[in-house]
Amino acid sequence: MLPTGPKPGEYYQRDRDMQPPAYTPIYKTSVLRSPKNALLSIDQSLSELTGPMFNHNELGPLDNDMISNYAQDGEPIGQRIIVHGRVLDENGNGVPNTLVEAWQANAGGRYRHKKDVYLAPIDPNFGGCGRCLSDDNGYYFFRTIKPGPYPWRNYVNSWRPAHIHLSVFGPSFSQRLITQMYFEGDPLIDICPIVKTIPDAEAIKRLIAPLDMNNSIPMDTRAYKFDIVLRGRRSTLFENRLEGN
Amino acid sequence: MVQPLHMLKETPSQTAGPYVHIGLAPSYAGFDIFENNFSNEIVGPDTKGERITLQGRVFDGSGTPIRDVLLESWQANSEGKYNHPEDFQAKEIEDNFRGWGRICSDFDTGVYQLKTIKPGKVPGRNGAVQAPHISLWIVSRGINIGLSTRVYFSDETTANATDPVLNGIELVERRQTLIAKRNEADGEVVYTFDIYLQGDNETVFFDI
Repeated sequence: MLPTGPKPGEYYQRDRDMQPPAYTPIYKTSVLRSPKNALLSIDQSLSELTGPMFNHNELGPLDNDMISNYAQDGEPIGQRIIVHGRVLDENGNGVPNTLVEAWQANAGGRYRHKKDVYLAPIDPNFGGCGRCLSDDNGYYFFRTIKPGPYPWRNYVNSWRPAHIHLSVFGPSFSQRLITQMYFEGDPLIDICPIVKTIPDAEAIKRLIAPLDMNNSIPMDTRAYKFDIVLRGRRSTLFENRLEGN
Repeated sequence: MVQPLHMLKETPSQTAGPYVHIGLAPSYAGFDIFENNFSNEIVGPDTKGERITLQGRVFDGSGTPIRDVLLESWQANSEGKYNHPEDFQAKEIEDNFRGWGRICSDFDTGVYQLKTIKPGKVPGRNGAVQAPHISLWIVSRGINIGLSTRVYFSDETTANATDPVLNGIELVERRQTLIAKRNEADGEVVYTFDIYLQGDNETVFFDI
């Protein structure tokens, strides 16, 4: 049977000049956790073109609302914000129905994690994690508290900028991505060794969410906009048949 | 000047950090928040195939096991079919078999475990057949962009010998780093797959 038209094919090669390399000695933990051998490039097969799918039944109604999803006897303390945007691919198409997971410290920079011993207190009403599925257009949003900066043992006096960790899937396992979102105007961004693992200044800008007054709710919550771009894909030509038939 | 391509660029990766569990596996961080949690046990009662445990540790360049690592697995079912709309094969897939697992290492020992079934062979490119394998994606503090590798099985020597990806590894000795060792004890099948991020016996990682 002849194909009726082009269909989606391989994902575009990842731009490793823009992505952080594995070995970045300014971020000290990377020194022993970076492979020395080159990555082996492989042609994508079904194993790379497919990936896990999730559905709405798996999520709870408050999963994307960090202001209320761990509230015990009140609301968390801190700046109320909405983080919203679209999951897109490199062709500019929205990525629908894909899982976006988020985690962060509380307003004082303290994580709810048994390994975090920073002296700033835990907020009894704040868990610090959320998740949602993008809608048919790739749109997603979270409601949360703006996280505080956080000290860590890299240099003697290293502080992370305020940041939210984000994890995204896309329809294929080859698009799997974890990143961090930063906030417009934060002076800690320019001096952070983790930010500076990214060799491309333009790429760093793509991790900084602008204040979005148009989507803020008066007398309630400000908004920050953060689009996430996953790898795009080509259309297969007739002679390029993954099926091999 | 030339015409612009008008392509967007992929969002840069950043490390998952030491507290990745808060977002992806909150019970490991020490609290309970979601009704439904993702886990490392991906078989249901209806899942066909041989039950196996895949386990191992992830070592850094000093030979120390990494105890804050998070792995995700992606695999076909026992017939070699992926639970995905683009898997074109005319084969059945069990309703409750997603084929994906999320795995955290133990904070004390660094041991990770996946409870799954052994996957079947899946089609490769240009008519080739791929030996049974599980794709792994590895993130942690100190890893700036997730590392991709594959687990093959020591009792599939015939299929492994013709696998197009294994055969693409130029140094023949390095192919062994992707082959998990099978052991059977008390009726349980355990495959051991240690991952070496750096140095002697470094695991092969892919740019997929």
